[in-house]
Amino acid sequence: MGKVLMKGNEAIGEAAIRAGCLNYFAYPITPQSEVAEYLSRRLPEAGGVFLQGESEVAVSYMIFGAAACGERVFTTSSSPGISLMSEGISYITAGQCPAVFVNIMRGGPGLGGILPSQADYMQSVKGGGHGDYKLLVMAPASVQEAVEMMMSAFALAEKYRNPVMILGDGLIGQMMEPVEFPDALKAKPSNKDDWATNGMATRSRNQRNLVKTLYLDPEELNAHNLMLRAKYEQMEKEEVRYEAYNVDEDYKLLIVSYGTMSRVCRTAIDNLKDQGIEIGMIRPQTLFPFPKTAIYDAAGKKSCRAALCVEMCMGQMVEDVERSVSGQRPVHWYGKCGGEVPTPEEVIEEVRKLVK
Amino acid sequence: MGKTFQKPEALAETITHYCPGCTHGVAHRLVAEVIDELGVRGKTVGIAPVGCAVLMYNYFTFDFQEAAHGRAPAMATGIKRVRPDLVVFTYQGDGDLASIGMSEIVHAANRGEKFTVIFINNAVYGMTGGQMAPTTMPDQRTTTSPFGRKVLDTGMPIKMAEMLAALQTPAYITRQTLLSPKYINKAKKAIKQAFSYQIENTCFSFVELVSTCPTNWGMTPLDAIKWAEEKMLPYYSLGVFKTPENGNEVQTPDSTQ
Repeated sequence: MGKVLMKGNEAIGEAAIRAGCLNYFAYPITPQSEVAEYLSRRLPEAGGVFLQGESEVAVSYMIFGAAACGERVFTTSSSPGISLMSEGISYITAGQCPAVFVNIMRGGPGLGGILPSQADYMQSVKGGGHGDYKLLVMAPASVQEAVEMMMSAFALAEKYRNPVMILGDGLIGQMMEPVEFPDALKAKPSNKDDWATNGMATRSRNQRNLVKTLYLDPEELNAHNLMLRAKYEQMEKEEVRYEAYNVDEDYKLLIVSYGTMSRVCRTAIDNLKDQGIEIGMIRPQTLFPFPKTAIYDAAGKKSCRAALCVEMCMGQMVEDVERSVSGQRPVHWYGKCGGEVPTPEEVIEEVRKLVK
Repeated sequence: MGKTFQKPEALAETITHYCPGCTHGVAHRLVAEVIDELGVRGKTVGIAPVGCAVLMYNYFTFDFQEAAHGRAPAMATGIKRVRPDLVVFTYQGDGDLASIGMSEIVHAANRGEKFTVIFINNAVYGMTGGQMAPTTMPDQRTTTSPFGRKVLDTGMPIKMAEMLAALQTPAYITRQTLLSPKYINKAKKAIKQAFSYQIENTCFSFVELVSTCPTNWGMTPLDAIKWAEEKMLPYYSLGVFKTPENGNEVQTPDSTQ
């Protein structure tokens, strides 16, 4: 199949089907309702399950129930909806079930606004729900990348028996771009006999399975958390993804930016190059695990004087960038979070202040 | 003479953590007997609630999931939608189902989800230590209504069976009790009917069981039964409130049955 022109939200829904996931539960919320609208037609046609739940809270547990019996399942929502799902997400990580959550971010806090934002960085990467858990968080910068991340998310969720989150800003969901769905990214079947609660009779071994999150014995709970932690450490070793841009030059400043914002930064970097100023960029594609080493190395380059974190929020990623830079260089921040995407000119102006 | 009485295969060989006089043990046994009799243990998934029955999976021998407080009907929905061939039931108390999980139970019932709900109504929060529930009786003392439940402040006890029966979607809705052997026999029939409707893919099925909590009521098991008969049964009428065949036009609920 060649390229087709698709809106990000619809492409994300189609990508799940192409990856081999036919189960979707969701609650409508702007700016991602097109996913549910698209799938309400498309999934019945593909022989799948579409259900509009009564709330995001309920949806997160429909996901839990379905995932716990070993079926591939996903949902999509936007910021306030993800806040409501965060309870269920905590349980799903504790119950070690694979599932995919998509957050097409809008402005916050509270109702915030319906325009693009990156203000759920902390919620996605540092927790959101209660307890010691992590999500594997991927941040696409184009509709094509959203499709590829979505398609690879199911295998990753099954590899770790942990939810994966696709974190896109509103623009990723709303804009139309040409996309293709690589067959190679179709998720392979995985054996779930050891844990899935799908009826004992279906399993060769005559032992029942249990998906639970309660560990009243302190030693058992500690062991459970250590086991979860080991999975997150494995993710840090094996799943870090990032793109480096213009880093072969002797840049004076390193930009760290992701999603739609990184595309604006890329234009700014190209324009500055024309003006004789070299700027490098690391674009995290995974936000957890965070590309710490890449940022440390890039910021430590001899020519580099500082790092600039550019985000559509009030600097939520700065602490991770500071942690990665490890004091080698000062870390600055620039961003907006009302729903306006900063322009290349605004980024250039900010860069010029730092590389005078 | 053959064996006339034995432990159901669906019930685990273990002792429970329930208090003396608690009716959870009876309800567990009835569910296990029904699952054995219907021969569905190999494809059953139970959903444990938050409440005294949170550890109930230790007492059964088939697959189980453990829900967050009140969310069991959403989990059951998730399972039945993706695996309609499985037999799924939730087992929930009154704090879980009638308070924090009110939204999930109402919408699951209204969508006509094909799973079974066993609802234990003992008019009090059990596991958290005897706080007021939506089903607590007027003037009943609990740890958060130390002077008795004042209905002017907190409303009347919620009649879940009647409330769910008022929905227009076909369903099997009944209230039974576990206060004496004659009631227990009827309760078992109701539970079996509920699972049968599910297995035949007919409708949502809901069995409310008026139960006792001697510990949190501060009574002996016998006094608890007496109190439930005198205070709860006149308010929580026993009977079938709705069937898929006859809608709400079934026999009038009768608390003296």
